[in-house]
Amino acid sequence: MKLVIENLNGERSGQPIFSSLNFSLEEGQALVVTGSNGSGKSTLLRVIAGLLNASDGSVLLIDSGQDEGVSPPHEYMHYLGHQNALKLALSVEENLNFWQEFCGIPLIGISEALVKVGLPGIEHLPAAYLSAGQKRRVSIAKLLVSYKPIWVVDEPTSALDKASEVLFAKLIEEHLSSGGMVIAATHQSLGIDSDNNEQIKTLNLDKNRLSSKEQLVD
Amino acid sequence: MMSLLLRDMRLAFRVGGGALTGILFFLVVVTIVPFAVGPDLNLLSKIGPAILWIAALLASLLGLDRLFQQDREDGTLDVIIIQSHSLTAIVFIKCLSHWLANGLPLILATPIFGLFMNMEPLAIAAVLATLIVGTPAITFIGAVGAAATVSLPRGGLLLAVLILPLVIPVLIFGVSATYGAIQDPAPFTSPFLILCALTLFFSVLGPITAGWMLAQSTD
Repeated sequence: MKLVIENLNGERSGQPIFSSLNFSLEEGQALVVTGSNGSGKSTLLRVIAGLLNASDGSVLLIDSGQDEGVSPPHEYMHYLGHQNALKLALSVEENLNFWQEFCGIPLIGISEALVKVGLPGIEHLPAAYLSAGQKRRVSIAKLLVSYKPIWVVDEPTSALDKASEVLFAKLIEEHLSSGGMVIAATHQSLGIDSDNNEQIKTLNLDKNRLSSKEQLVD
Repeated sequence: MMSLLLRDMRLAFRVGGGALTGILFFLVVVTIVPFAVGPDLNLLSKIGPAILWIAALLASLLGLDRLFQQDREDGTLDVIIIQSHSLTAIVFIKCLSHWLANGLPLILATPIFGLFMNMEPLAIAAVLATLIVGTPAITFIGAVGAAATVSLPRGGLLLAVLILPLVIPVLIFGVSATYGAIQDPAPFTSPFLILCALTLFFSVLGPITAGWMLAQSTD
């Protein structure tokens, strides 16, 4: 499986945010999108996830052995936005159960996923009782309970403490080594050593602003 | 899809879900009418079906503005849009669960409220039948309004103004079918069938329109 972004342009209310982005991700590769506030990280991620229409260009997911893209690619993605998509009135288990059934392709059990994010034994608690960091970790557990090859995560480590950041970096590495892809927008380091790792690409949207017609990645 | 239905039903009966506020509102409207029109039992039983229908209509508008707004605010809507083949089906399921949690309890309480209005058993049965058939149409029309106002804070009143003109036909045929059942020369079958047709029509048009609007609202 291969994700190909061709000549992607994004805009908000007619204002161009980024232009002419070209890159591709193979299985096991990650893209880290960096940039200052308002540089268009979230917009890019929402365009890739199909939540916003691109003003030009295309997002294609190509299955190995085929020429045409799988449509629509966003069904192969997990999207973790700024909000956690948790219902506070429901318990942690009910929340995760719902997402597991709704997204399909169950991967691991609820309690196993909670152990992986460092929150064992909280299945029965209402989500409203959790702290901000704990809610974030439960919504990360959401990515683990059902399998999607591509994770699109927007500021995934906001509200997380240092130990949880390390935990999340490990989860990302696990996902990559099992053949998944990750697209992460962040202004902190993800905790993965990106300098020495060929599988991690970076894209700085600030530079895209300055020199828009150049190919930046790949 | 089944999981979405169950989750929405569960949420409706949890803290802040508001499934039972509809019944309370219904109770309030129906009980204040006799105080307003005075102790004239004949008049009450005459206007009873109309009052029950108006109360049910207003009560089913309650909570409709939160149909998609809550999911949008906590980020659930984004994930649902990404993961689903068809937004139309999502909207249909959400309408269904909203009706099961808010509309159906209201309808089941109608016989008791009918007694408050000094109505005959036949009239109560007629109101019950027309409400069961007619109120889903209100939910499906309301879904369009809810999708249109999903990104507006406090869009509830705007929603009511937007959809009230569209639900008036439902009200007209609902009430006229009820009177058709209890007053002799007036027909029951034809307004009742038109009511059924309205519900079927909006059960298709509502989810399609609302789904399209939701897809445009993901800024």
